[in-house]
Amino acid sequence: MISIKNVSKWYGNFQVLTDCTTEVKKGEVVVVCGPSGSGKSTLIKTVNALEPFQKGDIVVDGISIADPKTNLPKLRSRVGMVFQHFELFPHLTITDNLAIAQQKVLGRSRDEARAKGAKLLERVGLSAHAAKFPGQLSGGQQQRVAIARALAMDPIVMLFDEPTSALDPEMVNEVLDVMVQLAHEGMTMMCVTHEMGFARKVANRVIFMDKGKIEEDCSKEDFFGSPRGERAQLFLSKILQH
Amino acid sequence: MDFNFSAIVDSKDFLWEGLKYSASLTLFATFFGIVFGTLLAMARLSSIKPLNLAASAYVNLFRSVPLLLVIFWFYILVPLISGVQVGADKSAYITFAIFEAAYFCEIIRAGIQSISRGQVSAGQAMGFTYAQNMRYVILPQAFRNVVPLLLTQTIILFQDTSLVYVVGATDLLGAASKVANRDYIPVEMYVTVAVIYFTISFVLSRLVKRLHTAIAVIR
Repeated sequence: MISIKNVSKWYGNFQVLTDCTTEVKKGEVVVVCGPSGSGKSTLIKTVNALEPFQKGDIVVDGISIADPKTNLPKLRSRVGMVFQHFELFPHLTITDNLAIAQQKVLGRSRDEARAKGAKLLERVGLSAHAAKFPGQLSGGQQQRVAIARALAMDPIVMLFDEPTSALDPEMVNEVLDVMVQLAHEGMTMMCVTHEMGFARKVANRVIFMDKGKIEEDCSKEDFFGSPRGERAQLFLSKILQH
Repeated sequence: MDFNFSAIVDSKDFLWEGLKYSASLTLFATFFGIVFGTLLAMARLSSIKPLNLAASAYVNLFRSVPLLLVIFWFYILVPLISGVQVGADKSAYITFAIFEAAYFCEIIRAGIQSISRGQVSAGQAMGFTYAQNMRYVILPQAFRNVVPLLLTQTIILFQDTSLVYVVGATDLLGAASKVANRDYIPVEMYVTVAVIYFTISFVLSRLVKRLHTAIAVIR
């Protein structure tokens, strides 16, 4: 589904991604972790071309991102993305947040888009808030709406960029619950997260990044059982201490 | 010293016509200034170099020359280029739309730049094209953030429309000066129009202040 091939990226002289190669198969849940500044957010943003890269290629569902002829907006409309800071559209109601891209990008009718949005809103347990604006919701609620908004586009894969790291601790679980449910339904997911409990529960594979390189890329069992690299061990010992 | 304010009452229809012209010039220049200014702002923020340079040159040019000069200049130039005598009134419309676009551009540019990178990414991630992202995500928020600034610029613009009297257009000041000369009542006339300009501008700026507070509450 997603195939990342030898991707390198520089900001000026500073290399943020070095020769990254990995793959996310259909139905797979891949968790990307690593210390801050390791390039994991940058990597996930290259998958839907929000971040350009200078070398290598990424192929999403058979379509090359590096190919200048690729219609990027169209490709992005098929890839759902959830951001660290939710990024709901603050000037639109929850209903419109869910409907607008369906109407303007996919060409669905207003009624169709709203019906779909309402169904997804119900699924994340927020039907009562349909008429509100994002600023009136808690962080956890906003993030659930953001997941519903991405799902409304019927994506072939979902990307999560640290979806819980801007949340208050008591709201983390309500968002993870939605993500776990999605994983169980067979959604293809690539998640940048430090939630190792989530990784243990639903991940098929774990990727560990450090200094712009993919240091470990292995099954969940291998990663938690016996991470090969020293840095991955150190990272795990640090975040699993408490 | 006697003041003759009754002559002003006699010429109230003429002054009213002048005020209507000033108002319509203000509205016209605001509307086209904002439309054109928005396009300019997008060009100035564009990564396409020539577009960016052209828009910057335009904005810098008009922000660096006095409005009065531009009014004169267009009044003389437009008939020369087009071969049509457009007249003072119409050439004033064109001048103001073109000139004010440069100022509105800078306000709108600030508005667009106030929108976080994350919002831009979110719009892109939904599959919006550049134009769709501008229209549905960025500009609505950008405008909301700068409404008070746009209105303030409009008030300045309303006052600046008085400059068109130099080419003989009959705006409020133009009408007033014609009556003042005809009836020889300059003091009464200029006091009266000063009060009119002040009242309108002052009331509008109070409204802007209220709006500012209202927007601060929404955010």
